[in-house]
Formats: sequence, C-alpha cells, structure tokens
Amino acid sequence: MALIEFTNKGIYCKQGNFYIDPWQPVDKAVITHGHADHAKWGNKNYLCHTLTKPILTERYDLSDNVETLSYQETININGVKLTLFPAGHVIGSAQIKLEYKGEIAVVSGDYKTEYDGISTAFEPIKCHTFVTESTFGLPIYKWQPQQQLFDSIRDWVASNLQKNKTSILIAYSLGKAQRLIKHLAGNQSIFVHQTIANLNHAFENAGVELPSTIKITPEIKKDELQKGIVIVPPALADSRWIKNLTNPAIGICSGWMAVRAGRRWRSADAGFALSDHADWPGLLTAIRATEAEKVMVTHGSTATFSRYLNEIGINAQEVKTQYGDEEEAEEKVDENEIKEENLNI
Amino acid sequence: MKRFAQLIQELELSNKTNDKIEALVNYFSEADESDKPYVIALFTGKKPKRPVATNLIRQWAIALSNIPEWLFTESYHSVGDLSETVALVLPNAEHAIEKPLHQWVKELAQLQGKTDEEKKIYVLSAWNSLTTQERFIFNKLISGNFRIGVSNKMLVNAIAKQSQQDANKIMHSIMGKWQPYSISYTELTSGSHVNTDNSWPYPFCLAYALDTEPQNLGTPTEWQAEWKWDGIRGQIVKRNGELFIWSRGEELVTEQFPELHFLKDDLPDGTVLDGEILAVKDGNVLPFSTLQQRLNRKSINKSQLENAPIGFFVYDLLEYQAKDIRTSILSQRRVWLEKIINRLKHQNSVFLSPVISFTSWEQLAKIRETAREINSEGIMLKNFHSIFHSGRKRGDWWKWKINPYTVDTVMIYAQKGSGRRANFYTDYTFAVRDGEKLITIAKAYSGLTDKEIKEVNSFVNKNAIEKFGPVRTVKPELVFEIAFEGIAESKRHKAGLALRFPRIARWRKDKKADEINTLDDLRQLLDSK
Repeated sequence: MALIEFTNKGIYCKQGNFYIDPWQPVDKAVITHGHADHAKWGNKNYLCHTLTKPILTERYDLSDNVETLSYQETININGVKLTLFPAGHVIGSAQIKLEYKGEIAVVSGDYKTEYDGISTAFEPIKCHTFVTESTFGLPIYKWQPQQQLFDSIRDWVASNLQKNKTSILIAYSLGKAQRLIKHLAGNQSIFVHQTIANLNHAFENAGVELPSTIKITPEIKKDELQKGIVIVPPALADSRWIKNLTNPAIGICSGWMAVRAGRRWRSADAGFALSDHADWPGLLTAIRATEAEKVMVTHGSTATFSRYLNEIGINAQEVKTQYGDEEEAEEKVDENEIKEENLNI
Repeated sequence: MKRFAQLIQELELSNKTNDKIEALVNYFSEADESDKPYVIALFTGKKPKRPVATNLIRQWAIALSNIPEWLFTESYHSVGDLSETVALVLPNAEHAIEKPLHQWVKELAQLQGKTDEEKKIYVLSAWNSLTTQERFIFNKLISGNFRIGVSNKMLVNAIAKQSQQDANKIMHSIMGKWQPYSISYTELTSGSHVNTDNSWPYPFCLAYALDTEPQNLGTPTEWQAEWKWDGIRGQIVKRNGELFIWSRGEELVTEQFPELHFLKDDLPDGTVLDGEILAVKDGNVLPFSTLQQRLNRKSINKSQLENAPIGFFVYDLLEYQAKDIRTSILSQRRVWLEKIINRLKHQNSVFLSPVISFTSWEQLAKIRETAREINSEGIMLKNFHSIFHSGRKRGDWWKWKINPYTVDTVMIYAQKGSGRRANFYTDYTFAVRDGEKLITIAKAYSGLTDKEIKEVNSFVNKNAIEKFGPVRTVKPELVFEIAFEGIAESKRHKAGLALRFPRIARWRKDKKADEINTLDDLRQLLDSK
C-alpha cells in the first residue's frame, strides 16, 4: 500500500493517519514550511520544524497545539517513522521523510538547492517516492549565483542614492525579506514593514540571529528612508504610501523576473530574479539525488516537467494540489495583518 | 555592446516616458560614435536583410541546450519571444567578448551568402561569449525586430534634446533614406542627407479621438468633414522624376502597389500627397480584409491584382510645386489638391477623398451612422484653418468613429500568457451558438483588469476539460461581450466569417451561456452590409 495518497484535503498518510500541508482542516497536520499556501489555519494539531512554530504563532496565534521537531529528529506516529530534513526554502522549511516497513516517501514542500545563508541548506534524501514542486520547471529558469544578484541589487541601490531616489525592495515577508536583510546589511539602514519586523522579532526570540533593522513607523522621515533601503511585502507594492515617498524606485525580487514579460507585467523600476525555489538544473539535480522510483510533481509546470522526467527515464506523474498560489496566499496573510493592526502604512 | 545592453535594460525597466527619454539622451551622449546611427536604424525599424533563418537559430539552440523540441516550444509559449527563449535556454557562455554594436551588425551582414555551416560556426561562437542579456540582443539583431516600447516620437524627442535641434527636423532626417554605415550621428541629426534625397516624406499629421460632443467644437462652418477610411495611411512623394510610396509605419512600399505607378509620369515633380491606401473597385472602397491580401507580400500575382485592386484616396497636399506648404491652411491646401487630382489622366485608382457637406452637427451625426455601408470607420473633422502638424496634436483634427459592433459570446478555450503571466490564463477563444453546437468566432486578450484575469484564471483551473499543448478547453459558462470593427467572409475560419479587431468589451456576469448570440445573428450582420 502506498505511503502517501492525494486526497481532496491534502497529502494523506493512511498508515500514520495524518496529513501533510492540508488545504482543508484536519485533525493532524504536518507542515513543511510557513508560507500560507502550505501552512493553513484551522487544523486541530500541528507538527512542524522548531523554526516554523514562531511563524504559526505570529501569524495564526497558535501555540499549545503545535508540536515541533529539529532537523534529522525522528518521531514515530502509529508505526510510521517521520523525520524532518532541511529544504533550504525559507527559515524552518523541511522535507518530510516517512518510513514504513522499509518503504520511504519524501514530501519536499518547496525547496531550493543553493544555500541562501539563512535557511539550513537543502539535503537530498534517498527514497522510493519523492514529491516535488515544479514552480520553475522550465529550462528557461537558471538562476545567477546569488552573490551576483546581490551585487546588482547593491549597484541599483547605490545608483538610486545618487539620483536622490528611495530604494524599495518588494519581497515576501517570510523568507525573501530575511534573506535580503542578511545579505544587504552594511552601511545603509534597512527599514522593514511591520509584517516583516514581526516575523523577524519572532525569529530572534527563537534564537535566529538577524542583522538589525528598523521598523517603519509614521515618525520616520522620508529623507531617512531615501538614504536607506526599504523592504516591504508585495501587498504594499502599489500602495499610496510608496507613491508618496521621495522619488520611489521599486525593485521586485522574484524568480519570475528572469523573463522580460515578467518584469514588464509589474509596474516596477527593476526586477531581480532572486528566488527561494529551485531552478531547472536545481530541480533535476535534486530529483536525481533521491534515486526515487516514483516522482510526483505538484504545483508549477507540472505537465511539462513530469513529461520531461519520463522522457529522461525517471518515472513521474503530475498530481493536483492546491499549492502554488504562494504569492496570493502570502499577500492575503499580509493584508489581513495590515488591516488587523490598522497600520498607517 | 555592453552600453547598448544597458540601454535596453533601462528602457525595459521603466514605464515612465521621461525616464526612457533620459536613458536615451544619456546613451546618445556616451555611446560609441559609430554605434549611434545603428541604434536609430534599429529603433525605427530599418531592418537589414535577415542573415540567418529563424528555423536554423531554433534548431541550433535546441541542439546546444540538449532539450527535446517540444520542451523548447513549451518554453517559447511561456516566454513569448523567440530571441529571448533562445538566450535563456542556452548553456552559460564559457568566455566573454566585447565588441561594439556596429561591429556585430556588420559581421552579421557579412553572413549573407555564406553556407549554413559557416553561419552556424559564427552564431555558436557568439552565443558562447555573451551573457544572457547580450545574447538576447544579438538574437534580436539577427531577427531585426526590436520592439521595446520606444516610439519614433520618443526617439526623436530624445535625439532632439540631446543634439539641441528641432524635433520636426530630426523626424524628417531619420525618416529619410540613409544607411547607418555611411552616415555619422552628427550628419544625421543635422539633416545634411535629406536635401539631396528625393524620397523623404513628411511626418504624418495625426488626430485624436473626439472625446466630447461635436457641438462643443463650435460652428459647423469651421470644419471640413471627411470619411475616415480603414486602410493604410500613406504618403505619395514625386520628386525629380522619382515616385515613392510611404506607409505610416515609415516603410517604403512603392513596389507593393503597381496600380499607383502611373503617378510617376502623371504627377508633377515636387508633389507630396497624403491619403489612404485602400482596396477599391469601380470607385467603391472594399473591406479591410480584402486589402489585407495585398499587404506584406514580396511579389504580387495576377489574381491578387484582380481580386484586391488598390486605390489611393487623397486627403491632403503637403508639397506643391516643390514647396513645403504644410503651414498653409487646410482650405487653401484643398484648393491646390483638387487642382492636381483633377488634372490626372487616369481617374480609376486615385480619388479625392470626398468632403461631406453638412450644415448642422445633427445632420452630420446621421450621415455618420451610414459609414459602415461604404466601409468607412466614421468621420474625420478637420478645422479649415489647420496647418498640417507633425504628429499628434489636439484641437485641429478629430476622428469621430462609429461605435463598434458587439456580440455576446462564451469562452471555450483558454491559454496561459507569457513570463510572469505564465501562471495565468490570459488568452481566450470565444464562441457563438450554431444550432446545438458552439463555433469559435474570435480570440482576444486585452480588455480585462488584473483582478478579472485572476478570477477567470481560477475558473479555468477548476473547469478545464481537455488540454492541447498550452490550450485548455473549458466548460462554456463565462459570457463575454466582444467588440469589433468589422465583419467579413473568410474561408480560413470555421465559422465562415472573420471579425476585425475583436477585443473584450466587458465580462457579462449577468448573462448565461444560453443567452449568447448565434452564428445567424452574425451572418445577418454580414448580409446587411
């Protein structure tokens, strides 16, 4: 009997009677990472990595019903051995390894293979069944090394400074924002939106060290913001607050920016193809390393990617899930938070 | 090429005209002197002959990137641009070469006449020495299609600002006949080449759409009304025994229209006419779809000449007795124009575009309603005192188009967009009812807000029935009102008719799929013409 099945509530392990990243409320949910299309509110019990808990606590106000594990730590649920391994996607992101009577399945959630300096580095795990994302599952997506990308972001910020423009970077409050803070910290002050500041605070309480940032408040002068770097989530990209800053220059950090049409579609002044997902070579390397007999392709270019895998001799099939609306789901979480706290910005 | 690549990036990243002009001004101040005329040529669509066939580029890229052909095609669907797809799928370059833009263009031109194998060696070694962005530009240099949101007007304004010259003069200068390898940027901006050149056209005077009631324009006696024709705006230049026909795209199209070649002998030297190239039979204008059979063809055969005869409806006179008369007022220009046209020996392919006589706006509004009967798009209003402006200017000329036709349709296919929109279904195919069946009638993309696109996208995800490559068939449920400008018979379409310029007018959430129009409704429209 298969160790995992895809049901209308999410990925289900019958032997262990739990779900992984369910999109409908269930009794027991194992969560790969904190992004809102994978970690939903409303489950009775949660199991996740130690560093995903602060996210759930911060965003959904959960605490008592969240059980945590470290990477490589194993627990036994109804005879199914469950272990978490780093997925390298965002802080706390985990691949979930299930083992039952010698059969091994790994659900990877979202992942990237390049070490980002802040999330624990991705680790390939040998298994029989591997569940993979395919967000950037086309050969047109090949990321530049992140140092090059950060160099071009720094150059852009420097040229904005010279032209008396305010540098505003659009990044998910979970993941991309912390990565930018880590790599851009230096001479200039980094100003972050409340949603990011709250998550940073939660991470710091959990022992993650982050460079210091300044939470944006109405008291901060536009002049100060212009001389620094401003990081806000996508929900604020078209906001009046940004338009009112001194000569705002907006830079979007997203893998979609690798393609010209992607850059033009958003009203941005710059696009940086900085992604927390695996690119095409990354996906292929990761999948080969698992030596899986069966690969299940979830959100992204599922049809194309699974067809290609089959052609190169890897048994693959596409499965329907409700993941992949990361952008919209994350935006909604931020919007709600912005509304709840009734912020000025 | 680095400096040019930087320019392209700056132009693409900004959506503000001022930023783009600033980027262009900086470029023309800093760039390699010999590169500048090439950049102007590229941006104004002066294409050299294509040195390498598209198909070869595609084949080589597929082989080099070691992916199956179907995957390349999928990638192309997602990117939406062949040059860019090739640039992205190729393996990373192994070394770097920096050559100025003009050298690349010259080298590419030298590939003409070489064997495919020689071309391949050159292209592959170039790919292997360029970054992704540079490769994209290199591929664009091969295809010659540089569409990056720089209009001629914007380019002209930037050059005018940089060289501190009058914009009209620059427009003249870059629209004339010149070759980037034989002219310097300074010569080009000073316009030294245009006087000796017989061909140069004038910038077209363009009209804005009338956004108010015509009553607000004042008394009817101030205005000349003409039909607005739906063809190709053109300029006919006759100087020193030579004849040139320019299209509004600033392309020389003289060879395409042999019906007009008699003007070489018949028009006096020093004459420039402004008008519309149309399909015309016995003095009557035929629909645009007929004209289309004659466009962008390298050679024209006898049956095309018979089925789609061409005529020229003349609007205006810009040069008379070798003098630029654009600053004379319209009523005066019209007198001279009529004199010239009435003197022509052949009267079967060049016609004065008729002036519509009217005494009140109400009367003109009634006349306007009949525009479709003669394949016109509506009415042009030109102030009798107007000069022939360069480009678009508010106030003197107005187009007063008839309202578009509309039809209620149901969406039956959806296809994903490109790039970031690769995640969204943005291109839709619409059908009308034909008895029990649905029959496709139009494909349209524009007209929905981002929010609506997201909504439709989520519908498609939930209601997809079948897939054919990137296309999904969906449950026929969403009703859209499609606006279009014309309708014509078509053998190429299953419905037997084709709509001209279809676009989504609005999403009819208030309507159900059984309330849409039928093919018969459209046929009646066709027959009623």
